Amino acid sequence: MENLVLQALSGLASASSLFLVASGLTVIFGVSRVVNFAHGSFYMLGAYLAYTFVTQLPRGHLGFWGGVLGAALLVGLIGLVVEVLLLRRIYRAPELFQLLATFGVVLIVQELTQMVWGAQDLLGPRAPGLRGSTEVFGLRFPLYELFLIGVGPVVLGLLLLLFHRTRWGTLVRAATQDREMVGALGVNQRMLFTSVFFLGSLLAGLGGALQLPRESVNLHMDLSIITEAFVVVVVGGLGSLTGAALAALLIGELHAFGILIVPKITLVLVFLVMALVLVVRPHGLLGKPEVAARGGQGSAEPMIGPAPAALRWLALAVLALAVVVPPFLGDYAISVLTELATAVLFAASLHLIMGPGGMASFGHAAYFGLGAYGAALAAQWLGAPMLAGLALAPVAAGVFGLVFGYFCVRLSGVYAAMLTLAFAQIAWSVAFQWVEVTGGDNGILGVWPDAWAAPKLVFYYLALALCIGATLLLRRVVHAPFGYALRAQRDSALRAEAIGIDAFRTRWLGFALAAAAAGIAGGLFAYGKGSVFPTFMGIPRSVDALLMVLLGGVQTLSGPIIGALAFTGLQEQLVRLTDLWRLILGVVIVALVLFFPQGLAGAVRARWEARHGDA
Amino acid sequence: MVGRVIGRRRILAGAGMAALAAPGSIRAQGEAIRIGEINSYTAQPAFLQPYRNAWLLAQEQVNAAGGINGRRIETVFRDDAGRPEDAVRLAGELVNAEKVALLAGGFLSNVGLALGDFANQNKKLFVASEPLTDALVWSKGNRYTFRLRASTYMQSAMLVEEAAKLPVKRWATVAPNYEYGQSAVRWFKELLSRARPDVQFVAEQFPALGRIDAGATVQALAAANPEAIFNVTFGADLTNFVRQGSTRGLFERRRVVSLLTGEPEYLDPLGDEAPEGWIVTGYPWEQIDTPAHTPFREAYRRRWNDYPRLGSVVGYDTVMAIAALLRKSPTLETEALVDAMTGLQFQSVLGPVQFRTIDHQSTMGAFVGRTVLKNGKGAMADWRYADGKDYLPSDDVVRTLRPQA
Repeated sequence: MENLVLQALSGLASASSLFLVASGLTVIFGVSRVVNFAHGSFYMLGAYLAYTFVTQLPRGHLGFWGGVLGAALLVGLIGLVVEVLLLRRIYRAPELFQLLATFGVVLIVQELTQMVWGAQDLLGPRAPGLRGSTEVFGLRFPLYELFLIGVGPVVLGLLLLLFHRTRWGTLVRAATQDREMVGALGVNQRMLFTSVFFLGSLLAGLGGALQLPRESVNLHMDLSIITEAFVVVVVGGLGSLTGAALAALLIGELHAFGILIVPKITLVLVFLVMALVLVVRPHGLLGKPEVAARGGQGSAEPMIGPAPAALRWLALAVLALAVVVPPFLGDYAISVLTELATAVLFAASLHLIMGPGGMASFGHAAYFGLGAYGAALAAQWLGAPMLAGLALAPVAAGVFGLVFGYFCVRLSGVYAAMLTLAFAQIAWSVAFQWVEVTGGDNGILGVWPDAWAAPKLVFYYLALALCIGATLLLRRVVHAPFGYALRAQRDSALRAEAIGIDAFRTRWLGFALAAAAAGIAGGLFAYGKGSVFPTFMGIPRSVDALLMVLLGGVQTLSGPIIGALAFTGLQEQLVRLTDLWRLILGVVIVALVLFFPQGLAGAVRARWEARHGDA
Repeated sequence: MVGRVIGRRRILAGAGMAALAAPGSIRAQGEAIRIGEINSYTAQPAFLQPYRNAWLLAQEQVNAAGGINGRRIETVFRDDAGRPEDAVRLAGELVNAEKVALLAGGFLSNVGLALGDFANQNKKLFVASEPLTDALVWSKGNRYTFRLRASTYMQSAMLVEEAAKLPVKRWATVAPNYEYGQSAVRWFKELLSRARPDVQFVAEQFPALGRIDAGATVQALAAANPEAIFNVTFGADLTNFVRQGSTRGLFERRRVVSLLTGEPEYLDPLGDEAPEGWIVTGYPWEQIDTPAHTPFREAYRRRWNDYPRLGSVVGYDTVMAIAALLRKSPTLETEALVDAMTGLQFQSVLGPVQFRTIDHQSTMGAFVGRTVLKNGKGAMADWRYADGKDYLPSDDVVRTLRPQA
């Protein structure tokens, strides 16, 4: 019994820490609709800055608490600078485009942090006055954890006061509900956005700084917190502070008790919770249905016409090069081209649901990975030849696409995206944990092509044919009646339903089709690499797919192709050229975002249309 | 006429083959021998910076001493960012574009396995330096893959020897939830139960790697009231676990046996909060004054103005092993290299080491000792060097574990 109480207290302390980070994220999202990937980086910066301040300032209460608050404030200022210099310029860009920008910031912060503070983990001093422990029911419990348990509710209270008792807070809440209307009423939106970003970043910094007496400060803090913070925000309901508090509480406690019963559940628990909550409550625990930021009159995406003649010739020329040149290249160049081909199909498949489908997916790697595992498992357990494995890949991915999609496409916006992430993580953890079948994180080895396709060049042509074929098929689908229906339900679900389009079914099938296409890419990737690992369906690969699509431009059909080539090619080159590839990649992404807010293909199209008139 | 054409073709083909198989053998004497090295530099910088520093030091020493039969060695480093699929691509690049004579490296187990499989498929030698997984030389072992560092099994066996002497019966385990953690716990349980049939395991915790919920994990372990704990967490997880555990009194009146915790990589970040009295494997760098180790430590200090970590030993000895291999092998052709590597003996900074013929595992050992606090820092006391060759299963068992060609 005493043990259970202490377990609950431990859960409360974790919940409190989680809430601090999530509160900042939810406030920022509520107002600006920015999916702020850099929030975890601000958390990490808060911890590192607090470490520096606290160890440099004189010991004692003033040094410690002053250091913590100073770090939080400084992180708030850093957030402010990022908002003013970067995000402010791209609020008008398509939805989720800001994600790309904040991802660039993540890469830059990672590299700079390592440069400034070094690679070794740092252990900060404990909080003065809260070093030891106290007895709770005869068992020891750390004082600092008790303090943290108090901090969460206090911060929640202060934030609620701020939002309900000040004019600024009222404006923020108004903007959360309907920012166009707030703008129309003459409120200075820029100031509002900037100040909200400052507050959100400050909370992230505070969350990080307060971890100092609890955890070591290290370079993995940013990515380990960001997904959990997102889960809390989404489970609570986007933009809802009390919802975030409730969700943090739920996840903290479930975690504390979950490990008593199933110790290995740590990998997947938060995502299971999120999936369950979102299936039952599509807008989180306390969230309200999103006021359609798009979807009203006149907000339809630009039409997609047939490709202009010049583009066709260009595409043909590139394809001709891709066919003619490789025999003269070395094995390595050919294997890179093979990888590019799979990347193109992977990005194009995600684009089908993001562009014409109008739903984002944060978990598209699941289908890539399921295709790869489908092929690899068939090879390993059934001794299937390569072609059978490749045929099975889209089937495996498509079936799971149907199952997962059934739940995901009912939701909209970030909720749908996060549900795809939850399913992807569940699939990942099965691959990771079911060691007997999938080999766990050691993966499945020896998935090499059959003898006839073993030469790199033969395999390349196979991959090229399948990937380009499938990509063209996806393109054809967009121009088919099904594609029109898909775009119709994106632009206005209501009107689409009114003319007899089953919006749910259309989205569902679109989702499954995209999944199957990603499965083809995954199967080819598996045979190209000779092995399959859970990283194939990890979050970083999903993020890669998103980056490719966003970088190329969501609203053009060529976007994902260009984005895939640019992103994969850039990364491949940078990794070999320099140890600082993260920094350079981050800077390049930020620059591209600033100069091409429509994506690369979007920018080309805008220039083309300016010269030749609307196509 | 026809004969002359064929003759020229044959010469060309022969030259091409020779250039591919043994870069440099037909070129000018003194051309550098290239080694391809792949590691997760951006993903695991804390461990791999000291590793690469020592690698470069060893390479400089080998070259300063005249290289390999007058030829310098040089290394092409690549960063896999912690992704095995990238490691495979880079391996292809190193072999096909950079024309390296052999591959080396690997920190994460799955990267090591991916590279081992690549080596097997492409018939290229791969000297795995750091990855610990047993699968690398046993269940997935192959002709082209060799591993330097003492494996999960070996290090677990070293600790079991000590654990079996403890007067305790109720054990709990805590390990990161991935292959390394799972294997370590499995071996520890199996070997300890064999040595001491009277022990029982009352609790196990598997926090996610890098994301331990330390408070809840410590509390869950305490609730089972074990007499001793076997810990496999490391890095940030270990730090957080130790902090919560000491504040909550988890380690009081309990024995703790802990993998890798005595390595400076993991012990030093703990500072004056390093736990005392844990039985650990590790590397007491400041206390090892052997003719092989002292010059290494001093040279490392002079070169990098820092003290060596265990990663440094691994990096340095990987180069030394490769240098010994290149001296022994008549050519740079892969099959000759593999034959030379099999059973290769060389002087590591920890003592003489051999790459076993039976499973390509080296006999490099580890230090087993007790943690103490010295001048406000963690250190090892009462340590001894456990030679790896004494902690491997019998040959008969190894033959059942490794696919026999």
